[in-house]
Formats: sequence, C-alpha cells, structure tokens
Amino acid sequence: MIVKHTITSLIALLLLTVITGVLYPLLVTGIAQVAFPAKANGSLLTVRGKTVGSVLIGQPFSDPKYFWSRLSATAPYPFNAGSSTGSNLGPTNPALLDEVQGRLTDLRKADSLNALPVPVDLVTSSSSGLDPDISPSAAAYQVGRVARARGIGEDAVRALVDANTRERTFGLLGEPRVNVLALNLALDESAAWKGGK
Amino acid sequence: MTPNGFLQIGLYLAVLVALVKPLGAFMARVYKREKTFLDPVFGPLERLIYRLARIDAAREMDWKENAVAMLLFNAAGFLLVYLMQRVQHLLPLNPEGMGPVSADSSFNTAVSFVTNTNWQGYGGETTMSYLTQMAALTAQNFISAATGMALLALIIRGFARHSATTLGNFWVDMTRSTLYILLPLSIVFAVVLVSQGVPQNFSPYAHAQFVDPPRDTSGAFVKEQVIATGPVASQIAIKQLGTNGGGFFNANSAHPFENPTPLTDFLEELAILLIAAALCYTYGQMVGDTRQGWALLVAMTLILVAMLGVCYWAEGAPNVLLNGHGIDQSAGNMEGKEVRFGVANSALWATVTTSASNGSVNAMHDSFSPLGGMIPLIAMHLGEVVFGGVGSGLYGMLVFVIVAVFVAGLLVGRTPEYLGHKVESFEMKMASLLILIMPITVLLLTALAVVTSDGRGAIANPGAHGFSEILYVFTSQGNNNGSAFAGVSVNTPFYNIMGAVAMLIGRYWLAIPTLALAGALARKKLVPAGEGTLPTHTPLFVFWLIAVVLIVGALNFLPALALGPVVEYFMMIH
Repeated sequence: MIVKHTITSLIALLLLTVITGVLYPLLVTGIAQVAFPAKANGSLLTVRGKTVGSVLIGQPFSDPKYFWSRLSATAPYPFNAGSSTGSNLGPTNPALLDEVQGRLTDLRKADSLNALPVPVDLVTSSSSGLDPDISPSAAAYQVGRVARARGIGEDAVRALVDANTRERTFGLLGEPRVNVLALNLALDESAAWKGGK
Repeated sequence: MTPNGFLQIGLYLAVLVALVKPLGAFMARVYKREKTFLDPVFGPLERLIYRLARIDAAREMDWKENAVAMLLFNAAGFLLVYLMQRVQHLLPLNPEGMGPVSADSSFNTAVSFVTNTNWQGYGGETTMSYLTQMAALTAQNFISAATGMALLALIIRGFARHSATTLGNFWVDMTRSTLYILLPLSIVFAVVLVSQGVPQNFSPYAHAQFVDPPRDTSGAFVKEQVIATGPVASQIAIKQLGTNGGGFFNANSAHPFENPTPLTDFLEELAILLIAAALCYTYGQMVGDTRQGWALLVAMTLILVAMLGVCYWAEGAPNVLLNGHGIDQSAGNMEGKEVRFGVANSALWATVTTSASNGSVNAMHDSFSPLGGMIPLIAMHLGEVVFGGVGSGLYGMLVFVIVAVFVAGLLVGRTPEYLGHKVESFEMKMASLLILIMPITVLLLTALAVVTSDGRGAIANPGAHGFSEILYVFTSQGNNNGSAFAGVSVNTPFYNIMGAVAMLIGRYWLAIPTLALAGALARKKLVPAGEGTLPTHTPLFVFWLIAVVLIVGALNFLPALALGPVVEYFMMIH
C-alpha cells in the first residue's frame, strides 16, 4: 500500500505542479498581456520617454511645492517598492508618538500659517509603505502650501486635486482618495505653473 | 463607525450568502462525481491524471488508507518546495538573481505552504525567484487547499454513511477539487485582478526616476525607485480562494500590486470566505439534509459578525495617546492601514482572514488598537472553525458539533446521536483530543518563547504588546492561519523550527483523528430519529453550538489574552 501510494504521490504531484504551477500562470499571463498589457506590466507612468513611477505605487515628496504622501516604513529609503513593509508600530509604542510628532513638526515647519487640524493619514505610516493615496482632507490641508510655493492660485491647485480625486467605487466601496504622484505630475505639467524645470 | 462602513459590510455578507447555494450545489456534484458543465474541458485532463498516476478512480478506501495517501502526497509536496528554494539560483525564471533560501527558512516555508498555513518568515519580493513563486508556492496553494477539501469530502461521507467501511478515494477527491473547483475559479479571478491593475508578467523589476528624490538612511539621494512585479495575479487569485494567504510581496494584500482598488479588496475578501461558506451547503446536500448545512453556516456567520463589530468599533476609534496634538483622528486608527481601504475594510478583512484560516492582510495587525488586534487572536483561538480553511474549517466545526451533541445529551440524560449515528466513547476521545491539542501546542510554544532569549529577541514592540506578538506567532501557526503581528523578527532558526512544529501539529494532528472519527461514524448502524433525538438544525441548536465553541475557546485562552491585549488596553486608556 505504501509503495503504491508513494508512486502515485510523486506522479500526481508532478502533474498537478505542472498544471497549476506552470500552465495556469502561463495561461493567465497570455490572457493578461493581450487583454490588459499596461496593467499586467505594472501600470507604469511615462513622462517624455522616462519611466517616472507606477500610478499604483506611491512616492515620497518633501519639497513644499509638491503634495506630500503618507509616511513609509520601507528601508533603506521610503517608498522602496522592491521591499514593501509597514511600520508595525503598536498603538502604545512610544516610537509611534515620535513618528507622528516628527511628521507634525515637518508639516508645520513647511506651512507655519496653517492652523487646520492635520488629518490622521498624513501623520501615520501606511500598511504597505507604498500607499499611493492620501485622503481628500489630507490634500485640502496642503493646498495652501503648494499654491504659495508655486506662486499660483489656490483655486487652480484645488481644481487639480479634484481632477485627481477618486470617489468610492460605485459610490459605495472603499474610501475617497487622491493619487499623490498623479496629482504632482499634473501640477508640474499645468499651464499655470511655469517655475521649476 | 460610519453608515457607509456598515453598508459595505452588509453588502459583503449579502453577496457571500447569495453565492453559497449555487457554488455549494456545484461542489456537491463534483464530490458525488456527477456530470458538470466543466466536464468537456477538464474531463480529459482528469482521466489523463488518473491514468498516468495509476489511480483506480473506481476504488474506495477506508480512513486509514486515505490518511496514508494524504500524508505521502503532502510529504512529497514538502520535499519539492524545500528543494526548489534551496536550488532556485540554478533554475530558470530568476531575473532578479535571487540566491538560495536558508535551510531553516526553506523548511519553515515548505511546511507552511504544504499545511495550507502560508506563514511567511521571508519577504516575497526580496527572497523568491519567479519559478519558486509559481511552481513551488502557487502550486502548493492549489494542492494544500485541494487536500483540505478532499479530506472534508471523505469526512462528510463518514457522517452521511451507515454500516460502511470506506469513505471514498482521496486521490479522486483531491484531483476533482483542483480541476473542477479551484482552477476554473482562479483563472477567472486572476484575469479580473489583472483588469484592475494586479501585474502578471515575467519581466525584471521596473526602475523609475523619482520625481522628488528622497534620501536613504545614510543621507544620500536615491534617484531610482525599484518596482517589483512578476506573475502576481495568478498567485493572488488562488491565495484567497484556497484560504492560503501567502503573499507575493512582503506587505501581502496591503501592497497596491496585490490589491490595487476597493473593488479588488471586496472581491478578495469575498474569495477568502467563498468556498468555506459554500462547503456548508455542500455538506448539507451530501448528508441529505441541507438544513444541517445552513445551521452550521448561520452559527459561523453570527460569530463572525459579533467579532467584526468589536474590531470595527475599536479601529474606528481614535488612538487616545495621539490626542492633544492637533490631529484630526476622525478617520480612525490609520497607522498600518491604506487610504483606499480605510478602517471599515481593514477591520472586515482582519476578521474575515483570521476566521477563515487565510492569513493574508490588507492592514498591519501589529498596529491595530489593543482590542482591535485582540479580535484576530480570538478568531484563531476558536480553532479556525468559524469558516476556517477550505475543508479543514468545516471538519473542525463538525468536531464541535459532536461535542455539542454529546454535552447536550449528558444534560438531558439521553444517548447522544447525530445524523443517525450514536456518539460513543471512541468518537468523544477523538473529539477531545482534537479540541485539546491546539491550545496545548500554542500555549506551550508561547511559554517556551517567552522564557528563552531566542524567543524574546524577536519582539518589536515593548511591554504587553510584545507578549501579544509572540502569542500571535504561535496562535497563527498552530491554527494554520499564517497572518502575523508582523513586527516580530521570526526569520530565525528558533522561530522557523518551532513554528514548523506548530504548523505540522495544527494540520495533521487534527486531520488524522477527524478521519478516524469519520471512519468510526461510517461503520455505525443507522439509529432512526426518535422522540428524544435533539434536532440539529434548529435555532436552539445553533445557539448551543455557538456557546460550546465560544466557551471552549474562551476558557483556553482567556488568561493569555489578559496578559497581552487586555493589559495593553487598560494601560492605554489610563
């Protein structure tokens, strides 16, 4: 009985490994590359022939003229999409308070006139370390700073925020959100902004 | 807690329940070997496997022979996964040049994926070649899930049959689970995932120019962002459907490439419970009384909803330690959560993934509030019987049914019976063994880790939270869940080996006595239901079963929980 079932085990394992571990991923890859090539290859964004990121993967920003993303705990640099991780700080860990206060200080230093309460997603680390989004209120908090740093009107900035805001799917699923990389690229490309470059 | 959050959760439960009957009835046809609409596609493949692997599909086996077949098959799978990791640098499809995985990590991962745990001591995108991810890990996602489902089919026949010696053929049930249930669902789901942005390619990692280059820890500017991709969608689809939970990336389903949109989040959450829930209906059909299956599903769902309520409430509340700094905490506890999911979907996922023995995460449980993080622990402490792993969850729940029937029988002084089987001393010995072994394993290993420097060295957060981290490690592996309080540094020989022990006990020490129990039930003569028979499909029995599950789970782990999350909660609010 043992010998018979051992032989069956080995052959069945080999066959099922080929079917589910080789043929199945190849089939899905074939369908994906034909039907959704851009998405299957990582939804990469290109500006003037240069790959500048993926629309699904966040990037860090520290210049006041850009909207800032959430905090990222990846190493050795933030938003390292080759090594995703969260901070894993527990709710009572003093290091969590340090992290939050550090971000608050940076935000207020860059925008000392802003007395609005800071939305919580802007002072906390995301789960993946790669969160591409901030909440609409976190974007609203930063509109004044970005407009001043670029010397353009707040309304122009706000219009771009709105254009890069996604509501809940079907008005129901998930949360409203603003894609930070897409928004910042749109700011750099906008007609109102002639600085930089 | 917001009206929209409740609406999302309500919609989730409604869609899940609506899918139970169609999928459950289909799976019953698969296990009864009746014709299905997939026969023209997969029938020839099925027969080819039987012919090449020398499987006599017409022959039924008793519980012992089925157990031997299952163990040998899983042992072969373990060896293959272990070897592939050790020599992956010599094999093709390794564009990032990943080196061989260490012996203890390969051992832990091989045990982990064969036992349907999918605990991950490694980070996927920094450790595994594409070939290892596919042929070793994705394949075991199918095979370990199909093993659990085949075991369930055998065990259900034990509950359904009378005066019989055989339970069916493991090889046939395992092959049919793969070809007719897991594979077609995965193909469709994987393509849907790609349409939302989950990558599926064999290219090297992408390199992008940062728009506003950040500095690394040494202070130097970093110009390029490395973006890991690969054959992701095909692995994510089966990882959720098969209650596996092992991520392609380290951040698991929080990673935007594993779970890019609210729609993928909804569908992946659905996939986590889909098969486990539908198997309740399959069970009802196979024992000839669908009310029996619905009763179990109702009991599971009520426990799930209660835990979900606590978790959502706890995560929706602000962290009181952050009060007074001018922070708007109306969005809840956002540390370790993604903006696109928010608190409602993070709490829903955490409860669902630990109720089912899935273990994937879309938010970091280590950063949950004390009581919010206690819910995943409790969900696992109940023994992964609230939905649980595909197959294994339901056969675990059937053991609790036996215990519930037995205790009820004692209370009224009647011989306990279930579905026309007398429950006698052998069945109760097996059931007691099953219920005791998990808490003993989890608590002893936790105690061992807490008193050794190897164990304590892994802790990431100070105080009571550190204890919770260790308790979570062994709770997760001892119940074949695989989720983590991920701050712990568990990729060490101590944790890799102790964890593997917990996973092996959690899987096989439960599966084999349950098979024996089913074998014993099948041999019994039919006892016609009489006036004293306790009906097992009524609301009364549902609540009785819930009480038994909760009391057993609570009694075993209350002291440990008091030392971890409960202490942390009281320290936080003071």
